Amino acid sequence: MAKIGVFVCHCGENIASMVETAKLVSTIADHPGVEISTEYKYFCSDPGQETVKKAIREHNLTGVVVAACSPRMHEQTFRKACAEAGLNPYMLEMANIREHCSWVHTDKKEATDKAIEITRSLVEKVKRNNDLQPISVPVTRRAMVIGGGVAGIQAALDIASAGREVVLVEREPSIGGHMAQLSETFPTLDCSQCILTPRMVEAIQHPNITVMTYSEVEEVDGYIGNFSVKVRKKARYVKMETCTGCGDCIQKCPVKKIPSEFECSLGNRTAIYTPFAQAVPNVPVIDRSRCTYFKNGKCGICKKTCQIDSIDFDQQDIIETLEVGAIVVATGFQVQDTSGYGEYGYGRYKDVITGLHFERLASASGPTAGKILRPSDGKEPQTVVFIQCAGSRDVSKGVRYCSRICCMYTSKHAMLYAHKVHEGVSQIFYMDIRAAGKGYDEFTRRAIEEDKAGYIRGRVSKVYEENGKLIVRGADTLLGRQVEVQADMVVLATAMVPQHDAKDFAKKIGISYDEYGFYNEAHLKLRPVESSTAGIYLAGACQSPKDIPDSVAQASAAAAKVLGLFSKEHLEREPVVAMVTESTCAGCWGCATACPYNAIDHRDINDRNGNLIKRVASVNPGLCQGCGTCVSFCRSNSIDLAGFTEKQIFAEVMAL
Amino acid sequence: MSEPFEPKIVAFVCTYCTYAGADLAGTSRMKYASNVRIVRLPCTGRISPMFILKALQKGADGVLVSGCHPGDCHFAQGNYHARRRWTVFRALLSFTGIPEERIKFSWISAAEGAKFAELINGVTEEIRSLGPFEQYQELQKIIETQSTY
Repeated sequence: MAKIGVFVCHCGENIASMVETAKLVSTIADHPGVEISTEYKYFCSDPGQETVKKAIREHNLTGVVVAACSPRMHEQTFRKACAEAGLNPYMLEMANIREHCSWVHTDKKEATDKAIEITRSLVEKVKRNNDLQPISVPVTRRAMVIGGGVAGIQAALDIASAGREVVLVEREPSIGGHMAQLSETFPTLDCSQCILTPRMVEAIQHPNITVMTYSEVEEVDGYIGNFSVKVRKKARYVKMETCTGCGDCIQKCPVKKIPSEFECSLGNRTAIYTPFAQAVPNVPVIDRSRCTYFKNGKCGICKKTCQIDSIDFDQQDIIETLEVGAIVVATGFQVQDTSGYGEYGYGRYKDVITGLHFERLASASGPTAGKILRPSDGKEPQTVVFIQCAGSRDVSKGVRYCSRICCMYTSKHAMLYAHKVHEGVSQIFYMDIRAAGKGYDEFTRRAIEEDKAGYIRGRVSKVYEENGKLIVRGADTLLGRQVEVQADMVVLATAMVPQHDAKDFAKKIGISYDEYGFYNEAHLKLRPVESSTAGIYLAGACQSPKDIPDSVAQASAAAAKVLGLFSKEHLEREPVVAMVTESTCAGCWGCATACPYNAIDHRDINDRNGNLIKRVASVNPGLCQGCGTCVSFCRSNSIDLAGFTEKQIFAEVMAL
Repeated sequence: MSEPFEPKIVAFVCTYCTYAGADLAGTSRMKYASNVRIVRLPCTGRISPMFILKALQKGADGVLVSGCHPGDCHFAQGNYHARRRWTVFRALLSFTGIPEERIKFSWISAAEGAKFAELINGVTEEIRSLGPFEQYQELQKIIETQSTY
């Protein structure tokens, strides 16, 4: 038998001046199931809470309704009071007669009637509340970071330095990501390799970090605190344990003319290779598709060359299953394919290159050893035209967003060019200069004022060749006229786009992505490093275009979130989750398609001989966030939401 | 007619956006009509059409459904489900004999206290002009008389 206590708060004058509390108290006292109905000036005060607790104990109350302010204000306060008096905290409901009643109405009678109805309906609801216990989920205190670029390295180092184990998975033969390809970095012009490679080494030497390069995540199962990840370690054909990285095999490999991915095809690599000299780990891999031995069984020079017998042509891919409690996704970006820009002549003219090509030309470890030379004839260009927003902010190319880094790196390119080719002229076509960041505007000003970068505001309509020169035709919208610039080289500031397989990967690990394929954060402003799936966090350019400082900041933030999760052995969650009535569930999986969190699995019900009787839905309380979308989806009323059950809501509606 | 007709309206709202918007209207002391009773739910995705029918059956003259703006759902997609469900449900309404104007669907964010007050006044005025909703009660009577057979 329900014994409900109703506590009507005056909130000083806030409620009492508009709602006749005495009438509310006496009317509710007559409602079936109400054991005690009383009023007080401030129930949230200490003596007020004491009154509630005393009433719970003296009357053995089974439920409490506090008619006062919004549950968003004091629900937690009174839940705690209930718990202290020995009542399950979820046997409490707040009747909001302040924000939704006394403060917004001007007629005392109307307000009083409304307050009575609100309170009455919640008494009916609370009669049907159930005892709920917080959900406790065990946490495996080991993290996986997917992607070994600067964001992934940072996240791994932060988590590892706080004393937790980390597995860092990278699909390329070396960690380092795009940052390893850059020459100097804005706005300080320190060399990218100089600041990145020590961190790469730190990561691989860290006792808490296991680095898995040349490895790809195949499958993610489980939920927050309890993920099971299958990782494919691709065959390197070189023994990691014994290889010393002497590089003899690379020297001797006869297949030398393979365009290097790392050098953006400006340089070549061999079939057995490390992507770059400072690769971490410094263990080569054999590119099976290009290797003569794998093609026709002849060659094997690398194996003969290796003095410690580290080449193993019989290696196979290995699938390893790892248990982790949290995942940081730091899979990065790629440069947009500019072949769609026929008007800029990319692909047609060798000297029309992308910003990333320019980075390799300017890099001291690049194919030209840091000299700015045209790819076509190896001569030093005397005029370079930079075209910003070559892809970004262009609806017709499907990239409506700003790539955020191009304004800055174009300034940097103009600067580097001025430093290396003193008489060179740089012209930059731009839409706006977006230099928001610490020291950024000063940096672009420096490019203009000290390094004589010429900025032309306007779009380029066409790049074509005439008498061995590239002619860049565009508009100068500040002067309101057409311009033509002769150039020896054209650099396109191409857009940052998601990795080509970003969407497939998101589906594999169960996170959501936006229209482009960048991964969605749980809340753009307030939860920017959490994905929509609990326990999976985001860092770096896989979420949106970012520069290095922002990627690193987000990586550290993600690491902080992981460490927060790892601070306890068990994770406590609100028990407002869906539950399935297995006896009526027909297994139509309507709920599973509705669930935004993939929280609904299949569960087999077997008889004692192990024969399958039926298959029903099963909610994973670790993943369920308690939205209840599945409940209204269910055709047979077999799934319900704790705290907001069908019974509760109908009772509430019927009492209004 | 001595007194103007005062409709009773039941509002199903999500706790993250519209409920918070209603709280904001309160803390800002905006005044609006007292005809609406709010039922708080975690998400508009939780709202079953049966709630709406039950409210109308139990004497409500109108129903309001309100949640987060598209794209702002705390639960990522709940309001999209609610919107799709509403589209289907609306097509069934005329079949069941419930005038579509009795049910209002809207988006109110946690920052839109003023919009909430406006919406309540607007909906109240509209439902008032439609008059009391009695078809359901009449139907109820028919069912009761028939069941005596």
